[in-house]
Amino acid sequence: MIAATLSVGFLPLIDAAPLIVAHEMGFAAEESIALELRRAPSWSSVRDMLSFGRVEAAHMLSPVPVASALGLGGTGTALSAVSVLGVNGNVIGVSNALAARLREHGHDFAFNDARTAGEALIAVADQPLRLGVPFPFSMHAELLYYWLSALGLPAPQSVDIRTVPPSLMADAMQAGEIDAFCVGEPWGSIAVENGVGTLLLPGSAIWRFAPEKVLAVRSDWASAEPDLLGRLIRAVWRAGRWLAEPGSPTLAAELLSRKEYLDLPAEILDRALNGRLVISAQGEERHVPGFVEFHHGAATFPWRSQAEWIGLQLAARTGLDRPTAARAARAVFRSDLFREALAPTRAELPGASSKMEGALSEETAVASTSGRLFLGPDSFFDGRIFEPSAH
Amino acid sequence: MSASLSIVVVEPDRDRAILIVDSLRDAGSYDIHVISEPTGLARKIQALSPDVVLIDVESPSRDTLEELALASGPLDRPVAMFVDRDGEGLTDTAIEAGVSAYVVDGMKPQRVKPIMDAAIARFRMFQRMRTELAETKRALEERKMIDRAKGMLMKARGVDEDEAYALLRKTAMDQGKRVAEVAAALVTAAGLLG
Repeated sequence: MIAATLSVGFLPLIDAAPLIVAHEMGFAAEESIALELRRAPSWSSVRDMLSFGRVEAAHMLSPVPVASALGLGGTGTALSAVSVLGVNGNVIGVSNALAARLREHGHDFAFNDARTAGEALIAVADQPLRLGVPFPFSMHAELLYYWLSALGLPAPQSVDIRTVPPSLMADAMQAGEIDAFCVGEPWGSIAVENGVGTLLLPGSAIWRFAPEKVLAVRSDWASAEPDLLGRLIRAVWRAGRWLAEPGSPTLAAELLSRKEYLDLPAEILDRALNGRLVISAQGEERHVPGFVEFHHGAATFPWRSQAEWIGLQLAARTGLDRPTAARAARAVFRSDLFREALAPTRAELPGASSKMEGALSEETAVASTSGRLFLGPDSFFDGRIFEPSAH
Repeated sequence: MSASLSIVVVEPDRDRAILIVDSLRDAGSYDIHVISEPTGLARKIQALSPDVVLIDVESPSRDTLEELALASGPLDRPVAMFVDRDGEGLTDTAIEAGVSAYVVDGMKPQRVKPIMDAAIARFRMFQRMRTELAETKRALEERKMIDRAKGMLMKARGVDEDEAYALLRKTAMDQGKRVAEVAAALVTAAGLLG
């Protein structure tokens, strides 16, 4: 019996997979809910659909609800991130002209070293780099700023940032409007496929464990419908666990390729899901383990410290008071609701709700429900460690 | 009251753009510009520095305008989406009708209302047209599929057209499906079997 139908907004991206899989593979039905997935044309429209109650939940860029809580953009409706949907999954790509200059400069496109790639990029740029990001409040923007600033190119001040929707990123590059982009898959691969760009780095080369998208709901809805929210979180969590099974990516690529979802060839979607990216029109392939993660290492746990990191980056850029921003941001990632929802399952949950961000350089066992939880590496490329405020 | 408000309409379709401009002209005296190319949208808007920007909710380029909502964005004047300052449910109505509006911060709602009313009415009509078109297309596709399935049955079973249709309808009823679905399944299966 279906208790309720929940409508969920999403953008055509690889990391909408947990929602699509929850619906298609019956994980929603197992929780006696039905999902009505509604594809949205832009991030602002997903946010507004959620804010105005046109959908109950949404696939959302992790910084969007944090930005809203800080009074940046949005409609003033309080939003909660009740689960992370996916960790990592972005690529940085450069125009063919820039790729040629990088190769002349001796860059090897090894696709794993953010320092080397970034220094080469800064060295060959003869004018302010024009960088495309999908949204002003996005992990894409945060990763680019963090990366370039750490290498001595203060961003966004010294670069020219342009907001380009993911599906139009390849077109913008072809039109010569941007020199480089950071975008979620499969849109980087589409640029490669169309012969307009070369991939330089996966987002994970900058931050090994960046919370990329979240499952967002209105905070008042979360308080009013705890039962439905629990069902939704569990359904999506099981979908993520299924996605992490070795046999799943190929089937997931087929599901996602359907007309009502991404409407793109499964072969292109398969690249990100299997971590085998084709980086250039010449067909060079790079293997990136954990290119996008839906489950392992408590990937979907909404760490308060992740929200705080995002909040403080935004605060630093917009001149907001840091302690206030940190507090407001922490309240957005609802590890409490995530725990409550997963209590009836055998999910392995961390003992803490906040962690040092960037402290793990390898897989590490941590305190958890039954003591068998391993967190994956979460380091920043420059080795910096972010210590969240005491709680 | 200052000089007439300037409005930018972001709309790639020329006919739709003309219709929007016409209804805005009927609603009042405004200084209206149309931008039809999404490339360099933020720069173009910055150059025009309008009071109000109207854009189709379905347009992915809407995210580009989100930049304008930031004080540090390409416009000197901060811009807010209309929603921030509206108590009358106008924004909700607008979103439902498929139009987004970005309005310069501090603008009085009563100055913007006639613009929104005109835009909402126009976009509602577009939405109806879009639904009608999709429905017509679907009906046509289904008709074609049913015709093909009928043709296959007529050949395979040596029946006439009415009998072939009756067979499709009976199967559909037995399986609790629509005739078009049964027809599509038959055509697909036939394609697979060569």
